[in-house]
Amino acid sequence: MTRADALPSSLNPNNAGPPLWLLAELTYRCPLQCPYCSNPLDFAQTEQELSTEQWISVLRQGREMGAAQLGFSGGEPLVRQDLPELIAEARKLGYYTNLITSGLGLTEARVEAFAEAGLDHIQVSFQASDPELNNAVAGSRKAFEQKLAMAKAVKAAGYPMVLNFVIHRHNIHQMPDIIDLCERLDADYVELATCQYYGWAFENREGLMPSKAQLVRAEAEVNDSRARLQAKGSAMKLIFVTPDYYEERPKACMNGWGNLFLTVAPDGTALPCHSARLLPIDFPNVKELGLREIWYDSPGFNHYRGDEWMPEPCRSCDEKDKDFGGCRCQAYLLTGNADNADPVCGKSPHHERILAARRAADHATAGLQDLVYRNARNSRLFFQG
Amino acid sequence: MSQIPRFRRGFRFQWEPAQDCYVLLYPEGMVKLNGSAGAILNEVDGRQDVDAIVQSLQRQFPEAGDLGPDVRAFLEDAEQQHWIDLS
Ligand code: SF4
Ligand code: SF4
Repeated sequence: MTRADALPSSLNPNNAGPPLWLLAELTYRCPLQCPYCSNPLDFAQTEQELSTEQWISVLRQGREMGAAQLGFSGGEPLVRQDLPELIAEARKLGYYTNLITSGLGLTEARVEAFAEAGLDHIQVSFQASDPELNNAVAGSRKAFEQKLAMAKAVKAAGYPMVLNFVIHRHNIHQMPDIIDLCERLDADYVELATCQYYGWAFENREGLMPSKAQLVRAEAEVNDSRARLQAKGSAMKLIFVTPDYYEERPKACMNGWGNLFLTVAPDGTALPCHSARLLPIDFPNVKELGLREIWYDSPGFNHYRGDEWMPEPCRSCDEKDKDFGGCRCQAYLLTGNADNADPVCGKSPHHERILAARRAADHATAGLQDLVYRNARNSRLFFQG
Repeated sequence: MSQIPRFRRGFRFQWEPAQDCYVLLYPEGMVKLNGSAGAILNEVDGRQDVDAIVQSLQRQFPEAGDLGPDVRAFLEDAEQQHWIDLS
């Protein structure tokens, strides 16, 4: 097998690491309508999904390049009827396979069948710790009950289980209840992921972003829970992802552009991260180019490698190797130019945009009913303009 | 010590040619293992007990001196990390 660092430097001028992590977004179809969904606003425009053979070819090429972690996500990956076949192929290739699902469309029989096909892990996402709020956020009346049943089935089948909660101002007060629920369901890992404001979440930011006071309280509650879990010898791990809007330095987004993560969207568009589609950059498609060429040679993937592209203040900043100037999508959404420093950074001339969002979060009054829900009707509004 | 280490469900240990090392894979995560960690975990097969593992490593690395304390410390650490069960 070829190693990236064994390639002649002319073929890998930016010394990009191999794509160890492959995210296969099998479809944008989903029965739920979360108002923070990371799918593109105009997802309803993308209807041509890759075929089974095309996905299998992507999996093979990715594995040859060194990908070891594979996520099947979406939309809701369960709507793909060929999922067992894709799982079996992935397992045969040696991937560690993760299924990232809302739990809708899952049955005990499918949980078993996937295990037989070689699926390593299932992550079930919840919207809240109680049925009322959960179902209101998901835009579905039966979602919560189904999720509970499926979390139990996942556990019963012996999988390691990750429960994922997207956290925002309407459920952040539930932290202790959420953690309680996860303990009862015997989760192995709990991801408490505050919204990242791209896609639908950016449209809904004012109605989603927690206030500083809410956040401080939630962090204290999570820390208390960690101490309590540790004291009783529980192996359940809590992972709290706080919103970078409350930081003074940006996150090292995706561990560097085109450096570790490779996402393939339902229509075959290859992306350095699942939200990069919103950038005004031409990204290659696996239907037209091999994955190796896409990763090492395409203009899209080389666009933000290295640091030649950086304007000030990043260019002369001594922290640029640490955070790579932050997130390109956030820079684009907040400043109109994706080359700029991520405005989360206190050194960014656009940092005021972040401060304004924090002030707005202190006074926001929007209720759940004011959010724009992710569904085909709303999506069409976005691409018809 | 006759404990038999096994990987916990959900943890997979394998050789990765692209990274030229052993890795431990788990839900949405991966640890790259250095040479000695890889060599030790490579002996974890759910059958050998800790003593047998030490002996096997001692045969593979005859020049290394007494490996027992380091191997035991590493396995205990791996258990603390919830990678393996020692039972
Ligand atoms: S975030 Fe919600 S709407 Fe979007 S794909 Fe996931 S479950 Fe479906
Ligand atoms: S100026 Fe740019 S490189 Fe420096 S800390 Fe801010 S975002 Fe990072």
